[in-house]
Amino acid sequence: MTWIAINIPEIVSLLGHHAAIALPVIIISVMFSIPIGWVASRKRRLGRPLIAGLELLYAIPSLALFVLIPAIFGFGLRSNANILIVLVVYGVAVLVRSCAEAFDSVPADTRDAADACGFSLWRRFWAVDLPLSLPVCIAGIRVMAVSTISLVTVGSVIGIQSLGTLFTDGFQRGLMEEVVTGLVLTVAFALIVDLAIVAIGKLLTPWTRSR
Amino acid sequence: MIEFRHVTKEYEDGTVAVHNFNLVCESHETTVLVGTSGSGKTTVMRMVNRMVDPTCGQVIWDGVDVATMDAVKLRRSIGYVIQEGGLFPHWTVAENIATVLRLEETPKGKVREAVFDLMDRTGLPRTFADRYPGQLSGGQRQRVGVARALANKPLLMLMDEPFGALDPLVRRDLQNEMIRIRDEFGVTILLVTHDMSEAMRLGQKVVVMQEGGDIVQAGRPQEILERPATPFVSDLIEAARF
Repeated sequence: MTWIAINIPEIVSLLGHHAAIALPVIIISVMFSIPIGWVASRKRRLGRPLIAGLELLYAIPSLALFVLIPAIFGFGLRSNANILIVLVVYGVAVLVRSCAEAFDSVPADTRDAADACGFSLWRRFWAVDLPLSLPVCIAGIRVMAVSTISLVTVGSVIGIQSLGTLFTDGFQRGLMEEVVTGLVLTVAFALIVDLAIVAIGKLLTPWTRSR
Repeated sequence: MIEFRHVTKEYEDGTVAVHNFNLVCESHETTVLVGTSGSGKTTVMRMVNRMVDPTCGQVIWDGVDVATMDAVKLRRSIGYVIQEGGLFPHWTVAENIATVLRLEETPKGKVREAVFDLMDRTGLPRTFADRYPGQLSGGQRQRVGVARALANKPLLMLMDEPFGALDPLVRRDLQNEMIRIRDEFGVTILLVTHDMSEAMRLGQKVVVMQEGGDIVQAGRPQEILERPATPFVSDLIEAARF
């Protein structure tokens, strides 16, 4: 435990870096996936291939993508923008199908009733489609969030600071304690974010609890 | 008054749901479209609030072709009730009833007042205001659906099998309630059902339809009962008796 005691400020700082990458990636992935999912659910002929294509992105090895993205956009390998874009690609790949299925799960009768009441398409999205898609959406967001938090650690291989740095550094120096610390903290952080998403989901869907 | 003039609906795949349909529904009256499934009765009804646009012909409401009206505005001015009410499961009873009032940005105080008034008129206890549709019985949900449709004081209501999912006693109860509401509000109603006895009870004009929006017989319930035009109409009447 001595290694931990000495390195607490360093560990806290790495946890901070980790969160500063993971949380924006989770939020941005949700912001992309929901509109894409909505369109895919409305226009199936266009939507199904689109979703399948986006899902395929997940098959690209992350290290390759870490090198490819800076080459395309022209910024540094170790920039925050690089890891942000790479992880949003994976985030969207994991999440879009759940979002499309979430909008599919909105009862046709309810949408029909909304149209007949005189909702414009825009208002129906915010007032009816989006809230009713949340239960299914949130299940997908939980998977994406946990996957993102674990993927952030891969960035340490190309030198982006995160809890993953404890793995690479620990391996190089043969410090098992450091590696385990990184592992435990990553899992604990994922668990806390997961619980937070569940809590937010419950707040946003009060009608699902009162049956 | 609603007038259907030579209305045809053909879908892209070539199916003709309604062919050359002509009908006049008088104001302040209840017109009931009755027929088996596939008779195009729901399609015809949904043309009035432009949920379906005809491929040929016109639907005229009080002298104006609905095709020339803005669909969203048109729909807000027409009450619409479907089976099980078609309520928004994520909104409370009060929020559901207030749907159109909120779309029209009515002041909050007025909305609350109007909602309670509508709950009284449709026989819903005020204590239900904050419940979700999932916590209500089928009959109660249907009442909420009717209250929501009445909120904007519509001149016209469209009802698609509104009482289809209810048990006979509750159905009878709500049918009587509907007759009372119609007389109280003077609203014009176009109702779709497959149940001949419901058509006879609620309709001031009954329109019997067959495949493709073919009108087999149209008239006062008494006329149809006494002189069914075809064996199909007699069969429908017989089926309703037993």
